[in-house]
Parts: sequence; structure tokens; C-alpha cells
Amino acid sequence: MNPKTRSATTHPTLILWLIVGWAGFLLLPWYGVEDGILRPGWLHSGYPFDDDVAPALFIGLTGKKLWLMPLGLLLLVPLFALNRSRLDPIYARLLIISGALGFGWLIAQGFAIGIRGWSFAWVESLFGPLGDRQFGMGAGAMLVASAFLFILTQGIAARGAVKGDIFVVGAIGFVVTIVTAFVFYPILNMLASAFVTQENTYSASVFFEKFTDRRLWGLGCLSGGRCGAAWNSLVLAILVGLITTVLGLAFALVATRTRFRFKRVLRALTVLPIITPPFVIGLAIILLFGLSGNITQFVADALGIPPTRWVYGLPGVLIAQVLAFTPIAFLVLIGVVEGVSPSMEEAAQTLRADGWQTFKTVSLPLMRPGLANAFLLGFIESMADFGNPLVLGGNFDFLSTEIFFAIVGAQYDQARAAVVALVLLSFTLAAFWAQRFWLGKKSYTTLTGKGDSGVHPQLPNVFAYPVYFVVGLWTLFTLTIYTMIIYGSFVELWGVRNELTFKHYVTAFSVRLTENGVHWTGSAWDSFWTTLKIAAAAAPLTAAVGLITAYLLTRQNFSGKNTFEFGTMLSFAIPGTVIGVSYILAFNVPPIEITGTGIILIVSFIFRNMPVGVRAGIASMSQLDKSLDESSLTLGANSWQTFLKIILPLLKPAILAALVYSFVRAMTAISAVIFLVSAEYNMATSYIIGRVENNDYGLAIAYSTTLIFVMLLAVGLLQLLVGRTKIGRRLGQSRTNV
Amino acid sequence: MFESNGKAASVSFENVTKIYGTRSEGVRAVDNVSLNIEAGSLVTLLGPSGCGKTTTLRMIAGLEMPTDGIVRIGDADVTKLPATDRDVSMVFQSYALFPHMSVLENASYGLKFSGFEKSEMKERAQAGLNLVGLGDYGDRLPSELSGGQQQRVAVARAIVLEPQVLLFDEPLSNLDAKLRRQVREEIREIQQSLGLTVVYVTHDQEEALAVSDRIIVMNEAVVAQDGTPRDLYEEPANRFVADFIGEANILDCSVMGIAKGMADVEVCGHRFKLPAREHKEGKALLGVRPNRVVIGPAGSQNTISGEIRRVTYVGKHLEFTIGTAAGDIFATSDDVDAKYVAGDEISMTFAKSGPVLLAE
Repeated sequence: MNPKTRSATTHPTLILWLIVGWAGFLLLPWYGVEDGILRPGWLHSGYPFDDDVAPALFIGLTGKKLWLMPLGLLLLVPLFALNRSRLDPIYARLLIISGALGFGWLIAQGFAIGIRGWSFAWVESLFGPLGDRQFGMGAGAMLVASAFLFILTQGIAARGAVKGDIFVVGAIGFVVTIVTAFVFYPILNMLASAFVTQENTYSASVFFEKFTDRRLWGLGCLSGGRCGAAWNSLVLAILVGLITTVLGLAFALVATRTRFRFKRVLRALTVLPIITPPFVIGLAIILLFGLSGNITQFVADALGIPPTRWVYGLPGVLIAQVLAFTPIAFLVLIGVVEGVSPSMEEAAQTLRADGWQTFKTVSLPLMRPGLANAFLLGFIESMADFGNPLVLGGNFDFLSTEIFFAIVGAQYDQARAAVVALVLLSFTLAAFWAQRFWLGKKSYTTLTGKGDSGVHPQLPNVFAYPVYFVVGLWTLFTLTIYTMIIYGSFVELWGVRNELTFKHYVTAFSVRLTENGVHWTGSAWDSFWTTLKIAAAAAPLTAAVGLITAYLLTRQNFSGKNTFEFGTMLSFAIPGTVIGVSYILAFNVPPIEITGTGIILIVSFIFRNMPVGVRAGIASMSQLDKSLDESSLTLGANSWQTFLKIILPLLKPAILAALVYSFVRAMTAISAVIFLVSAEYNMATSYIIGRVENNDYGLAIAYSTTLIFVMLLAVGLLQLLVGRTKIGRRLGQSRTNV
Repeated sequence: MFESNGKAASVSFENVTKIYGTRSEGVRAVDNVSLNIEAGSLVTLLGPSGCGKTTTLRMIAGLEMPTDGIVRIGDADVTKLPATDRDVSMVFQSYALFPHMSVLENASYGLKFSGFEKSEMKERAQAGLNLVGLGDYGDRLPSELSGGQQQRVAVARAIVLEPQVLLFDEPLSNLDAKLRRQVREEIREIQQSLGLTVVYVTHDQEEALAVSDRIIVMNEAVVAQDGTPRDLYEEPANRFVADFIGEANILDCSVMGIAKGMADVEVCGHRFKLPAREHKEGKALLGVRPNRVVIGPAGSQNTISGEIRRVTYVGKHLEFTIGTAAGDIFATSDDVDAKYVAGDEISMTFAKSGPVLLAE
């Protein structure tokens, strides 16, 4: 009667991963291949017997690198589990032994044996010189590693962890592994390299010396000299945090509590910083206030004040960051302002408080945690910002740029870069910690799910007019800035030759049609296509990792979940420059050797932008009644099928948000990217920064303008592609009584 | 297509414990529960909220894993088997219809994972919808149905799989009173005609009495009593069950002596005989349903004297609150023409059958 064939002794998932593992061991090159595994070149260069492209088994057959052979033996172990029932304790034990030992051995040999033989002196003194060496792991090693990982998680699941769910345990193992490999490992590795001296030995005194450097902590500016980069960054971040919070609040109030008719325009403005490369605002500021800027010239002509370079340094960076980050504060605060329960305010009014008193005594105190949150976000963003300080910093040192110059400048001092990165990281982590653990407990604006039929009161007039004024001024300024950007891209040479021209666009994006097809002759095409490709590859991966993590966090219970959540959100507080430095330190040597490839760019984007995917996912998944998943499970679907058929279709808006966001962020990011680009994989933003450094503003601005429009287009296209889920008009019906 | 279900299986728990959180500090949601549900019967888990009934149900489904003990479905030990691999389906309190699928897609969802041919899958899903009277609604979205119709889709979706055990988690709590009665009768009818094993969770004792072959009353993570509806109502085992199922006056009494299985019981000077059950001489509790209280004229022999505190006329019967030396007694009388008013002195006895001795 029942054709249900699945029984406890068929293990399709195990078989799948065994096939993957054996393919990795027998067929694919064990080590990284020069041109990438996707180009077939490696098939013609001695495969399968040449060491560089040989699969592990063939390397072993030639009698070399015998430390790889135990992996093969461990891959045999699960075969003995195949005919056992999943409920059999021996089944679980076999898989755990094979997976844990295999994965552990793979990692251990990867770290122990590098390009110069043994990687650690003490291992060498233990076993004697090796006389062989190995390079970064390649496709074969990756497949074997994943096979061992998932064999291990299946063993753990069979022992009953997380309700014995293979998919969930596997997903947890996967996320933990990649976050460890690409967030914790590079950061800890960087921490270690902060102690390394020029002679390659470890020394605490060197660290201490670098850490207390005057260039970081000097207070000379109090007596007319220069202050250290740490103080500059801190002062800047606090100012930016304060100003953006005030402005953001003003915007949020206008949008929710006035009869202002162009609220939609306000909301649209919030999209701008997301699609604007971070330093573009800095460029526009130069066009306005720089030595040959419009306003500078105008003031000079009208008032006879000689033009100065005042905008380079703290003032310029401050203006640029305030413009760039106010919309972020607005986005945060609009939720906070709307979250204050109207009935509280109505209650205050019935207790004879007038409009201003209500606002001052009820609304504002209730918003306080939200305001602190917005401040901390502004603080972190400002600390982490790299583009604006680079463009506008002048002689002012900021932490993020210091890191960059320590690595790329004449000084080339990895340890110093690591030390500065640590200082920067501790600032942002402190803010992140405060946001999560101090504010987390204080929010007054949790939604109860009960209908709150009240209406927010209008702002009192005494307060509304100043707010209107501020908002109006800011909006005008922003519009000016963006007009400048577009206009500037057509000006021959800003402030010197003001004729309009298409020259910059032609230089960047010219195309020649020949008989052989299209010739992309413009100088920007190379980096443009690379950027598109990398962003397009990173976006779905980021969204996938983010959503799976969100699924685990909202839908599953497992021990260590809080640590898991903290770890996945942590990368939000790690500035891009820190990621950049830590990645080149960690990934230019085996076992993971991906510096100079496109992969390192994609990986950095995934982990930079993952927290946003996670948040979008959590927000929408917690709206879905948990019994939807459970009923799917009791109807015989497994967790993976449930995720695919129930959760994903209902999450299309969150997927869209995550896709768009990670795509756009990958296109506009600069801070991590500038460390990771290579001649072959140059990104648009680092190309533009290069133009700026050569004072080629016209081209830089033309390219930036193009990027902004491309991203607008991309956002629109994705919206069309993902579409809307058809769920009828009364979705609420089926999820009442949660 | 749905003549009878040869697959209906029994469910048994052996010393099952479920602790949320750590073993030492966690909450014991279910504490060392053993129970046995026969194949083809409808058994209700009844109890106040927080008593562990839903956790018990979810452990049958495989949505929760026991901390200790063994769960069996049929002869198989399924303790560690996840929900997806158990041949069990469940109807949720919120129905949990997939809002992005049509009614027919919802009904065929589970069949898709059971390896049926596409045509047979559709046929079976359609048959399931016909069975619940929604044959013509296959193309609609769940949001386009009324609450009662959604509930029936949820039932159809679960029964088309012909599961070994069908679970219901408070399925009627979102329906209005009239519909509740109708749907519960339909559920009972389907269960009997298909011979399904059904485990049904509710906190509504009337619903439990109406549908069940057997009721398992739970309280504070343990089974308080397990029996037929009549057992539970007529012979509650303890104070909790007597109080929870229907209304009962619970009085302190003394067992003076036991002879031939009959106990000689004394309450405030009134002596009478009752089945002793497992009770011994000494202090005990007496449970009396309000309709088993007999009111007579004041001063009669071997009675409890009392005073009427309040009389309420509720149409088909009268309700009395009687003050006695044993405390306030709640009584009902079908004699709506009785002329008692508040303040009347009366005497009170208990009906021959009905009152029971209770454990604490």
C-alpha cells in the first residue's frame, strides 16, 4: 500500500558525500591549479601523474607525499556503515571516527607542511627534515574536506543531535567551518602576526612598541602639532555618530509625524548611499570645496578670501561621512520612531501633557535605546570607512588609511598593519559589544503582535519647523552633491577648463566594432566586467549563506547557539581594511592559498555582507509560523525539502533584499578590496581610487556615475526576476495563534 | 480508496522523560510517562496548559526527542527517528496550510515525498479532499477558504498519507462553538470508518469526552489518569481529575471500616457505604458531582444539615450553593419547581451511585 521506500538502511546523503569524497581523492587535482580548476589547462599538463595536477591517490602511487594516504584509508571507513541501520550505534561511531579523524588530519597536515617543508620548527626537530613540501589545497582537497565534514555531521546526527536531522546538523557544521576559516582564523592569525618582528621571531616588546607608537596615540594637536591616528579616528567617529543620529531622527520624525507631502522622496533618498561607492561623496566634496571647487572659487571671488585646503582633513571627511551615513541612521530610526506605541503617547495626552511635553517626557525617552543604536552604527561605519579618508584625509591620519599605508606604502610593515588593525578592531568590537549586550536588553519598542489602533501625534510646531529646516537643508545639499557628480563627469577639467565633454566616458567605455566582433577599447571595461562577474558570483552565495544561517538561528535549537549567532554577526563589526589585511596575511600561504585570485574577493564579500543577509532572513523568517515547517516534516518532507519548498518560496522578499544588497555592496566596496585586487582581478572601485590618486578626477567621476546607474538598473532587474510570491490576501489567517 | 487502514499502529511510551534545558536545572515537561495507545483507537491527551500533553504529542510526531525513555510506534523503536522518517502525520492548531500552494497542492504535498506516481498522487489528494467535502476547492488558495474549510484541508492533507498514527494538536480551538461540534463529529466519523489510530490533544474536557475511546489526563508532566470517558467522569482517581473533568464537590471524609470491598464512609455525621477501591481506613477525600447531591427537608435522620446560600435558575435546572459544616457544596436539581429560597434550612444526602472516594 505504501510505496515509501526510504528506510533506515538506505543512506542517500551518505552515499552522495562518499562519491564526492572519492572523486576528490581519485579524480581531481589535490593542489591548487595555476589557472583555476574551471579552465581545462590542467588536463593537458601531465595529469594524472604530474605532482602539480595529480589527484591525491596518484601522488601516493608515485611514492611521494605519503602523508596524504591516511585520508584514503579514512574514506574507506564509512563504507562499512552503509549496510547498517541509522539507529545502530556502530553506524554513528564509524561516521564520527572517519569524519573527525579525516577532517582533523587534513587540517593538521595542511598547516604542518607548507612550501618550505615543515611549517613549525618544533615539528621539524621532532621528526627531522621532511625533504618535501606542498602548496595550497585545490579542488580535490576541498571535496575531500567537505566529504569528511559532512560524514562527521551525519554521524553526529545519527547519534540524535538536533532531533537527528542530517540537513540541520550539516548546515551547522558547514556554517561553523566556513566562519571559522574565513573570519576567526584570519583575525587570530593577524593577531599573531602583530607580535612578529622583522627577523620572523615573536616578541611582545615589539608589539608593545608598535602599539604605543606616537603616530597612533600622540596628543600633539592639543599643543599645535599633530594627533595620533587613533584619536583622529575616535573623534571623527563620535562626531559622525552624533550628527548622523540627530539628522536621522529629524528625518524619521518628518517621515512619520508630519503632514510632509514628499515622504516617498525621503525614503528614496535612503537608497542613495547603498548604491553610491563610498568615496564618491568625497569626490563631490572636492568638486565643491577643494582648491578649485565651485564654492571655494565663488567665495574667493565674492569676498576676496584666498582659497585654502581646509576641506582636506577632519572637516572634509566629517562632511562626507555625515552625508553618506545619515540615511543609515534614518533607516534605523524610522523603525524606532514607528515602534513607539501610539497608545503611550495618547495616554500622555489624556493626562494633560501638551504636544511638546509628550514628546519630551514619553516619546523621546522610549526612543533612547534606538538612538544609542543609531549612534553606534554611525560610529562603526565611520571607523570602518576607508574611501573618504583616503580621498579627503590630506595630512590627517586615520586608522583605516594607516593600515593601508603600512602595507602598500614604502614602509611595508606587516606587523604595524596588524597592530593598527587591532586598535581599529578593538574600537569597532567595543561598539558592537555595547550594541548587542548593553542595548540588547534595553529596547522598549518590541512589537507585541497585538493590534495597536492608535495614531502617532503630529510633531508640535515649535519643534516641527526647525526639523523641516534641517531636513530641507540636508536634502538640498545631497541633491547638489549628486548633481555635481553627474555634471562633473561631463566637465573637461574641473575648475580649469569648464567646457562640457564626453571625453571621460569615451576614455573609460569606448567600444569599437570590427569584423571580429566588439572590441572593448575603453580603459575601464576590464575592471568593470571583473566587478560585475565577482559581484554576480558573490551575491547568490552571500544570500545563501546568510539565509541558511538565519534559518538555523530562527528555526533550530542546538547547544552553543548564542556563540554561533555572535560569531556570524561578528564580521559586521570587522572593518573592511582589517578583513583585507588579515586575508592577505592568512591566505597567501598554504593550506588556503587564494591571494591574487577572484576567489579571495568573492570570499571577502560573502563574509563582509553575510550579517545583512542573516538579519533580513531572521526578520522575515520569524514572521513565518513554525508549524508550517513542522507540518511539512510530519508530512514526510525532510528539513532540506522543507527549506526548499516551504521556507524559500515564502521568503522571496528577504532573498531579494539579500541578493540586491550583497550585489550592490560587492560593486561599491573598496576597503577590503583594495588589499585583495590583483592585476588580473582589478575591481572598479580600486581602479577609480587609482585614477583619483593620479588626479584624474574626470574619469573617476564618470566611472562612478556609470556605476551608480548600473546599480540602479541591477536593483530594478532583480526585483523583476525574483518576483512576488502568490499567497493570497489573507496570509494572516493561517498563522494566527502562534 | 479509503476503505480501511491496515497500517494503523499502536503507540507506546516507556518511562519517557523530556527535559528542556539542562538535565539538572531544566524544566521537566514530561516526567517518566508510560502509556499505551491501541491501534485503531482515538485517544485524547487532556489537561490544563503546561501539563505536558503537547510535548507528549510532539514526541510521538518526532518533533521533539525524549531525554530518556523509549517511544514505539507499532513494534518499532522510533525514539531517535526524526519526524520526516516516521509514518505519522499531524494536524496543527494553526492548520499550518502552506499559503503559497493551492488546496490540492497542499493535499498532495506529503504524497510527493512518498514516491507516488504523479497521477496517483493527484488522485489520492483529490480523494482526500472529497472525503472532507472540499472536492471542488482544489484550485483555491488556503487564504480563500473559511476557517472550518482550512481545518478540513489540514485533515485531508494528513489522512491521504494513511499514516500509522494521526495526530491532532487542539484542532478545534480556532473554530466557533457550533462549527467545533460539527468538525469534531466529522473527525470521529473519519477515524472510525478508516480505522485510524488517532492521538488528539485538547484542553477542552467536553470535546475529549465526546470524541475519545480513551482519555489520558495529564497534570504537571505526569499521567493523572488513563481511562474511558465514563471511567473518568464516574470514577475519577484523584482530586485533580475529579475537579478537571466536569464539576465536583470534594469533601474531607473518614473511612470508618471496610467490608467486602465496601467502605463505611462518614462525612459530618452522615454515614453511608461506597465501593472502597484501593482505599484504607482513615482520612480520605470524597468526590460528589453536583447532580448527585440530594436535598431534603431539614432535620431528617443520617443527613448533613445545611443552609441554602444562593439559588440560581438556569432554565433546565436549578443551581444551589449550600453552606454546611464540610464547606460550601454546589448542587443542581432537575426539579425546577422546587420552592427553596436563600436562607432555608435543609438536609442533604448523596445519591446511591455517583460519589467516589478519591486519592489526594
